[in-house]
Amino acid sequence: MIRSTSLPLIVTLVTFVIAYALCASAYPAMLSSRVVANLLTDNAFLGIAAVGMTFVILSGGIDLSVGSVIAFTGVFLAVVLRDTSLHPLAAFALVLALTAGFGAAMGAVIHFLEMPAFIVTLAGMFLARGAAYVLSVDSVPITHEFCDWLQDIYWKAPSGGRFRLAGGVMVAVFLGAILVAHRTRFGQNVYAIGGGARTARLMGVPLARTTIGIYAISGGLSGLAGIVFALYTSAGYSLAAVGVELDAIAAVVIGGTLLTGGSGFVAGTFFGILIMGLIQTYIVFDGTLSSWWTKIVIGALLFTFILLQKGLTWATTIRRRPAAGSPTPS
Amino acid sequence: MTLKATLLAGAVALAPMAAAADMTIGFSQIGSESGWRAAETTVTRQQAESRGIELKFADAQQKQENQIKALRGFIAQGVDGILLAPVVATGWDDVLEEAKEADIPVILMDRMVDADKSLYLTAVTSDLVHEGRVAGEWLAEEMAGEPCRIVELQGTTGSSPAIDRKTGFEQGIADHDNLEIVRSQTGDFTRAQGKVVMESFLKAEGGENICALYAHNDDMAVGAIQAIKEAGLTPGEDIRIVAIDAVPDAHLAIANGEMNATIELTPNMAGPALDALEAYLASGTEPEKWIQTESRLYTGADDNMAVYEEKKSLGY
Repeated sequence: MIRSTSLPLIVTLVTFVIAYALCASAYPAMLSSRVVANLLTDNAFLGIAAVGMTFVILSGGIDLSVGSVIAFTGVFLAVVLRDTSLHPLAAFALVLALTAGFGAAMGAVIHFLEMPAFIVTLAGMFLARGAAYVLSVDSVPITHEFCDWLQDIYWKAPSGGRFRLAGGVMVAVFLGAILVAHRTRFGQNVYAIGGGARTARLMGVPLARTTIGIYAISGGLSGLAGIVFALYTSAGYSLAAVGVELDAIAAVVIGGTLLTGGSGFVAGTFFGILIMGLIQTYIVFDGTLSSWWTKIVIGALLFTFILLQKGLTWATTIRRRPAAGSPTPS
Repeated sequence: MTLKATLLAGAVALAPMAAAADMTIGFSQIGSESGWRAAETTVTRQQAESRGIELKFADAQQKQENQIKALRGFIAQGVDGILLAPVVATGWDDVLEEAKEADIPVILMDRMVDADKSLYLTAVTSDLVHEGRVAGEWLAEEMAGEPCRIVELQGTTGSSPAIDRKTGFEQGIADHDNLEIVRSQTGDFTRAQGKVVMESFLKAEGGENICALYAHNDDMAVGAIQAIKEAGLTPGEDIRIVAIDAVPDAHLAIANGEMNATIELTPNMAGPALDALEAYLASGTEPEKWIQTESRLYTGADDNMAVYEEKKSLGY
């Protein structure tokens, strides 16, 4: 029998396969390697940010600062590369340290002051966006040889698709995150906190360290997403990536992770991202639909998945009720 | 025999139409943030339809990442050409290279990009300085040597239309010592600000001492008309008004005699763009790298009511 925790992941997978099949039957060109490469390249920054968001949501939290941190990272990189002679790699390291530290600080506030993640990361969102504006109001172009070189790294598939570095980075981040989530003590602790902080404490989970770690990961991955985004658009712009955190949350939920925390898979988020990218691609291929349909379809999908989650939770409680009271090991 | 001839004639007549219908163009639009842009979208659709071109339209909702996605989608689909109204100037090299490699010509509309010129076929834009110059020259001619104190409503400070339209106007009146700009302030391109700033001009200078108003766009001029009326003066007679854009309300104001002239920023960028694209696809004719749209001057001598009726439905 299929375990109920993995059912959302299976539903996501099936949704993706059916959606792709429908798209391909309408537009055979959807099967070309170009579309596959585009899906990976164009959604790389969103995917990387969504990995961080997956950890946060698995722990029962939320991180609203993602989009702002992406914008801040871009502007910071552009300004540093313009005004100093720092090598891009050093600048990358610096900005990753900054954003991870920023995330860790938010995690610390959430844990030690016992504040809701929603409020703390909302403040973080304003802070990061404001900092980006202070650095530069205008779009600052990034024109470093090394950055150009990074952008030119790609593997060209026979039918013309270009698999770029950004897509590779996203896939690597997903693989790494899957290992961390399912094969390490830290990953187990994240699931435990999501299942209930009090129980987790009783189980001996180091709450402070784990919470700070979760938000540091989300901040750092937002920084990495910011680097990918800045290279993708060759510029840092303080108005960029508005609302990306909401897209990331949508991808996580469509990927089958429970918004209440404790249940879900990093791999599901990957397919959540692909489904969202697929909808956009279909609308461009069609060319007559308003692009706002993307939002409508994603909204409908989200709603469906939330209903599905609710249904599953309900079904599980019904099934468990007879067993309640008896000390069954689970 | 006759049947065969008829069929043949029919086939010949249908052939070019069939060929044209096979053409598919992708159009990546910035969004619909202003009335002018909505009109540009409508006109582009009309232009494509009248030429029998299938238009794939993608609204980027003001986001460059959406535009890049749309462009990559068009390339993957193998369209015959791409029209791009870029939201920002930077970051287009990669995707334009992919288009070039796939032999899909890209035409820029209305704005330029910071990329190598070889990456796009041509750019269709208006010349903002030229627009300002046409306005200045019109006023110089209108005043015919009589002294005139001018007030100027500038666009958003630091924006390129504000800078260029100011420069152009100053060039237009440079050789006429009788014309003098006495006050110049920003009205932020909006109707409300245009009215407020015009009120302060009228108070500071006194309505009888202002002979003409130059506004960087029609919206500010329409706001200023209100302020002039409230000050008890007759707009268009006591104070001559010239502005830029030629939105429907400006035509209406000219028809009512409340405004004197407007210079059109045409929403029809697609017409010249598709002309160039069709010529290129049919015979490989390389167009100029920059196609300047006409900056037409409308005055009371034109049938402004007719233009108003025509433009009303474009989505301004």
